[in-house]
Amino acid sequence: MADQTLPIAGSLDITPPRVKERATAVEWLHEWVITTDHKRLGILYIVYATFFLLVGGLEAMLIRIQLIKPDNHFLSPGAFDQMFTMHGTTMVFLMGMPLLFGFANYLVPLMIGARDMAFPRLNAFSFWLTAFGGLLLYYSFIGGYGLYGMGNAPDVAWFAYAPLTERAFSPGHSTDYWALALIVSGFGTLGTAINIIATVLSMRCRGMTLLRMPLFVWLLFVVSGMTLVTITPLTACQIMLVIDRYLGGHFFDTQAGGSATIWAHFFWIFGHPEVYVLVLPAFAIENEVIPVFSRKAIFGYPAMVAASVGIAFISMGVWAHHMFTIGMTSVGNTFFVLSTMLVGIPTGIKIFNWLATIWGGKVQFRPPMLFATAFLFQFLIAGLTGIMLAVAPWDWQLHNSYFLIAHFHYVLVGAIVMAFFAGFYYWYPKIIGRMLDETLAKWHFWLFVIGFHITFDTMHFVGLLGMPRQIYTYEADRGWGTLNTVVSIGGFIQAIAVLIFAYNLIHSYFRGRIAGNDPWGGWTLEWSRPSPPPD
Amino acid sequence: MSAIPVLPPAEPWSLPSRGRVGMLSLIIGESGIFTIFVVAYIYYIGKSLSGPTPQQVLDIPLFNTICLLSSSVTIWLSERQIERGNMKAFGALWALTIALGIEFIIGTFLEWKKLIFVDGLTIHTNLFGTTFYSLVGLHATHVVVGLLMLTLVLIFALTGHLKESHCERIQVLALYWHFVDGVWVVVFTVVYIVGR
Amino acid sequence: MISFMRKHGAPLIGLKFWPALLLLQCVQPCAWTQQKHTPPSIFAPASTPAHDIYGLSLFTLAITGGIFVVVAGLLTFAIIRFRGRHDDDRSEPPQIYGSMQVELAWTVVPVLIVVVLFLATARIIFAVQDAPKPPDALDVTVVGHQFWWEYRYPKLGIVTANELHVPVERATYLHLVSADVMHSFWVPQLNGKTDLIPNHPNEMWIQPRQTGLFLGQCAQFCGPEHAKMLIRVYVDTPEEFEAWVKHQQQPAVDDAAVAQGRHLFETQACTNCHAVNGTSAEGTFGPDLTHLASRDTIASGAVKNNPQDLHEWIKDPDHFKRGVLMPPMQLSDAQIDQVVAYLDTLK
Repeated sequence: MADQTLPIAGSLDITPPRVKERATAVEWLHEWVITTDHKRLGILYIVYATFFLLVGGLEAMLIRIQLIKPDNHFLSPGAFDQMFTMHGTTMVFLMGMPLLFGFANYLVPLMIGARDMAFPRLNAFSFWLTAFGGLLLYYSFIGGYGLYGMGNAPDVAWFAYAPLTERAFSPGHSTDYWALALIVSGFGTLGTAINIIATVLSMRCRGMTLLRMPLFVWLLFVVSGMTLVTITPLTACQIMLVIDRYLGGHFFDTQAGGSATIWAHFFWIFGHPEVYVLVLPAFAIENEVIPVFSRKAIFGYPAMVAASVGIAFISMGVWAHHMFTIGMTSVGNTFFVLSTMLVGIPTGIKIFNWLATIWGGKVQFRPPMLFATAFLFQFLIAGLTGIMLAVAPWDWQLHNSYFLIAHFHYVLVGAIVMAFFAGFYYWYPKIIGRMLDETLAKWHFWLFVIGFHITFDTMHFVGLLGMPRQIYTYEADRGWGTLNTVVSIGGFIQAIAVLIFAYNLIHSYFRGRIAGNDPWGGWTLEWSRPSPPPD
Repeated sequence: MSAIPVLPPAEPWSLPSRGRVGMLSLIIGESGIFTIFVVAYIYYIGKSLSGPTPQQVLDIPLFNTICLLSSSVTIWLSERQIERGNMKAFGALWALTIALGIEFIIGTFLEWKKLIFVDGLTIHTNLFGTTFYSLVGLHATHVVVGLLMLTLVLIFALTGHLKESHCERIQVLALYWHFVDGVWVVVFTVVYIVGR
Repeated sequence: MISFMRKHGAPLIGLKFWPALLLLQCVQPCAWTQQKHTPPSIFAPASTPAHDIYGLSLFTLAITGGIFVVVAGLLTFAIIRFRGRHDDDRSEPPQIYGSMQVELAWTVVPVLIVVVLFLATARIIFAVQDAPKPPDALDVTVVGHQFWWEYRYPKLGIVTANELHVPVERATYLHLVSADVMHSFWVPQLNGKTDLIPNHPNEMWIQPRQTGLFLGQCAQFCGPEHAKMLIRVYVDTPEEFEAWVKHQQQPAVDDAAVAQGRHLFETQACTNCHAVNGTSAEGTFGPDLTHLASRDTIASGAVKNNPQDLHEWIKDPDHFKRGVLMPPMQLSDAQIDQVVAYLDTLK
């Protein structure tokens, strides 16, 4: 068995040599279920998120098959509504959030020289709450009765606008599954956020002042702080929705004088900072990968910290840019235009700092850097289409069209998922002890980037031609048919790329080249530990 | 590769306690939930289409409030006692805190009994009913959870398992109790003063 | 300045579509000879507020395009120029930790860009949202339903559904309300969208500059048949519009030949939901059918208005719009034929 505890100069490895008997299947399972170790929990989160990446991707493929031509009958309207609702809900809550908390769990203690997270048992409890929430959400497909023969999965769109979600208009249980599953997993998220904050503030090793922490840790600390005041508004309005549906409350009951717009406000007070919660960890990964593969320190560390904190605060004040069409006053609209444009400034600064890091460096285009570089171009475009959407009058046209979908998929897939792929290729050797295959990585990269651009570049245009979102089919005489076919084909190409990636993860677990402590020449503390770090 | 000098070992290295940080983070999160319920309450003031109005049915729960806010004082006093190791005094003040909290819950229960059976105000009567019971109920739930935790500690104290060395944890729990009292100040102001 | 140019150069955009539209005109039989503008592109504005938005959008595109060219250009240059070479001596490149001047520069420039773009945006927000209402503006109340559009002209005493007629060159102010859930009125070539929210009336206006048929659809997910809640706006010449108004103000045609069909209609629960002006039918849950036969489509634009499709619709609405709120009427084919014959007289 390969001895993976080779010390590097100056480090003290006091792990006693152990001869481990092979555990039985039950023992192995038991160990994983009861674990409170941050590394194991990190892996659990990441595996969970990867599974739901595939499930959410399947839902997207079903959507694209239905939309490949006008007047298609592949999915019934009810089934289609469930698909787009579950695709969005899954990708945000069961893929994005667990993935970022998985990376945080694994890396933050290692990067600050702590033994584990501040509250290991809370850590485990939070994971299982999140997992149960996902299970409950997916149980909806088979539980209860279904109006359209496909179970009762949520079908009210991922933002579940009122009063469509009230009992009067959604008599089945689909909305209940949505609200309850997310309330449960929301508490899990809250627990992990508290854990990360306490770990970063109270568990740093001697000498690790706040301004010496890796930017990855800074960003996840900021994200956790944001989560405290981001997830909780969602939990609150979901509790209100449950009160409306089960106790006869009138929070969003317009027939009793309630307000539909207040749901929109509450949801987007969660929803907008949420997308920053999702994107900041992507920035965190970029902050680690780009310097290492440019062989140059990050340019402007204090500016990056300030920009991250700035983004966190400003992003709390932009939510109503999702509601420009709801009928706010011109003054209200103008305020949110300004705040939205302002949040673009620190975001842009980050791109410039990454550019300056690469500038004058010696760039190695290994797999993590391939994805990290694609991120830069794609995030730039995403930010610019975001500026277009910030221009409220133009947003009155673009809102709820396929242009909007193209924009946010550019951010979520083109930037965030891209950065997470970079993170996978970068840290898989540390976590598993073996390198991911580079040939497969290049296939994954190029197929994904090509498919991504075929789909989402085209999607901007079909939105400009007037196609709204969340429609199960479209008229043949609108001129959207060919563009939709192109979009769907790009989707299938991306699916193949992701399957190659999933195969790579499994194949390299058994056959990958042994990684050693520091295969990339990284400078943060985790690279001084063996791969994988001993328990 | 770093040009930053390393911290000399002689310098003190102190970090905040993780219990305190964790509890403060929880408090910030819970404040988020309460804020949304308070905003909803304020937004819906005067918008009910029918039914009893706050002016008609709400009496200011002065005694309840005094009890709850005093319990913050008694818990603070008990913290001081355990710091000095006076376990008996601690136990007495802690029990008094619980008693005051229980009084608050009983008072709330009686208030709701009157509102439901005498005034006919329930959660589904009108917007006022919905927002009132939700907000006050959310707060009361937090009081109940706090009382359960406090009672657990009292049991530990009475059975001799609580030591002076646990005073840090007691302070963390007391933070939660102060938070619950702080929320009541906001809820009281919004519901019984502004909204009436 | 660009919006000024666009205002006056706009008709040229429509020229691109003329040949196709002429062809369409020959092929499509309809009550009113209108050329259909399709695709409903936001870059083919045909109304004043849409033009305002279009001008602003070009200005924004210019700025963001410029930013893209500069930044993407620099990125491309950097990743090519600073590639690691194979014969590299593995030494570290010069480490540069930051530069205050550079950070300041690339903070100030974006701030200036934001100021300019913000001011341009604010101007158009106020121009469109707070435009003073002309005294001769036409008032229409739009009521959103699951899954159809009700149009009321309060000052003209007209109630109709699904096909909106407005005059060219005159402003039409739409008062937007909803009977159930949230909807959104979006006809890209006439204006941006505005939501219809129960308990929260909204206002928007259009001022079409060209005649023709403009297409749109509901843009806020409202349930299973959201996709089929289509909008058809017929922009008429002033004479055509006057004629249409006069026609719509008449009570329903009473043709004795279809008395049997009318009797069925009035006794078979149709009147629970539908209204026919001048008869006992006063239902408001479904579209007003007084002048159904004068419309090109039924089912909110989803189905052509011809006897066969109308027959199929009445027999089983789910066939066309699965999840629509109209139930199958459980009539025999012969009965449906009679009802259709009656409805066909309601011109």
